Amino acid sequence: MFINFTYGYNRIYSGRRRLMTKVTLEVNGKKVSKDVPDHTLLSVFLRDNLNLTGTHVGCDTSQCGACVVHVNGKSIKSCSTLAADVEGSKVTTIEGLAKDGKLHPMQAAFKKTHGLQCGYCTPGMVMSAVDLLQTKKNPSDQEIREWLEGNICRCTGYQNIVAAVKEAATKM
Amino acid sequence: MKSFNYHAPKDVKDASKLASSNSAFLAGGMTTIPSMKLGLASYKDVIDIKNIKKLSGIKVSGKTVTIGATTKHVEVATSKDVKKAIPALAKLAGNIGDAQVRNRGTIGGSISNNDPSACYPSACMALNAVIHTNKRKIDAEKFFTGMFETALKGGELVEAVEFQIPEKADYQKHPNPASRYAIIGVFVAKHKKDVNVAVTGAKSCVYIDKDLSKKLSSNFSVSAIEGAEVKSSGMNSDMHASAEYRANLVSLYAKKAVEAC
Repeated sequence: MFINFTYGYNRIYSGRRRLMTKVTLEVNGKKVSKDVPDHTLLSVFLRDNLNLTGTHVGCDTSQCGACVVHVNGKSIKSCSTLAADVEGSKVTTIEGLAKDGKLHPMQAAFKKTHGLQCGYCTPGMVMSAVDLLQTKKNPSDQEIREWLEGNICRCTGYQNIVAAVKEAATKM
Repeated sequence: MKSFNYHAPKDVKDASKLASSNSAFLAGGMTTIPSMKLGLASYKDVIDIKNIKKLSGIKVSGKTVTIGATTKHVEVATSKDVKKAIPALAKLAGNIGDAQVRNRGTIGGSISNNDPSACYPSACMALNAVIHTNKRKIDAEKFFTGMFETALKGGELVEAVEFQIPEKADYQKHPNPASRYAIIGVFVAKHKKDVNVAVTGAKSCVYIDKDLSKKLSSNFSVSAIEGAEVKSSGMNSDMHASAEYRANLVSLYAKKAVEAC
């Protein structure tokens, strides 16, 4: 095994020549560092390597949005992003929203308005909606629906999801 | 997904050196990564170009808007400079995919992939864009050569896209409700001397509708193309829309675009 620093990553070549990359991220405020195969997706890194299973994988083809997390404050689909690609970034997952045992206003709003049915899409919905309110403080119904185009709820619970985002907008 | 070697070079020369017949450049990855996951594509080396600083950014000069290859859709959509110079281009970028796709996807990736339903190729065609690569400059009409095919050669990398600022322009899209790709997208641009009507989503590759362009060049108004026949031959027919339906949409959306100009 030898280590190559060519591109600023610790590249570890195993005997079978499968490349490993050392990925260092700040996840929910904590610095983490893992050696993973180069083709590791961010969703896999979070779920399998860090055991943060709140980030869901639904369609796995970047259409459903269950896997949405924030990278440096912006919402992205973690199932279509390589872990190595976001090296050095700050990542926030659904587990990172609640502070000191208190729900984030968006989570509280989803609870209050019953903005979920089976709950599978909810982590992605919440993460997308938090990003929306970062840029638009009081979005209209139309703006909320347009923003959530990349999040699919197969229980079709959209009415209450929109209500939840509107409710959260009054608290954030 | 099959394993590969990930590289993140800091300049174009290194990126080009790493390229081979079994490699892919990675920008936003919004098509490349799903394609690899589905087993439609596999590479030995994936060369991430996002750490190459000079490939990102927006520059507006008197007559042109130049957008770096790794500039994200969200950056184009929200850029004050683009909104002022070519509002139709900002509008197009703001309606690609969904918010999360726009936070990652890039213009260079979109045009290099040349999906027959992608939005950006129509803007390149209608706005007489020049594609700057690390080797040469290519006119848009020569760049898009076929379904998922471009004039790019092995190791050749799009660095920027230079759009000509039109007098007026608009883009109208009938999106697929699931993917937001264009079932039909029509980009109408009125330049000083002529008008270009570029169509995406209809055929295997983006094209200029010469008949509509000619009619609008002599009279830029909805009435000039009222009743103009758009032929369905050669148009895609699939579960989303028949060729005849697409042909009708081209004519309808061309009128919508002219009206909105």
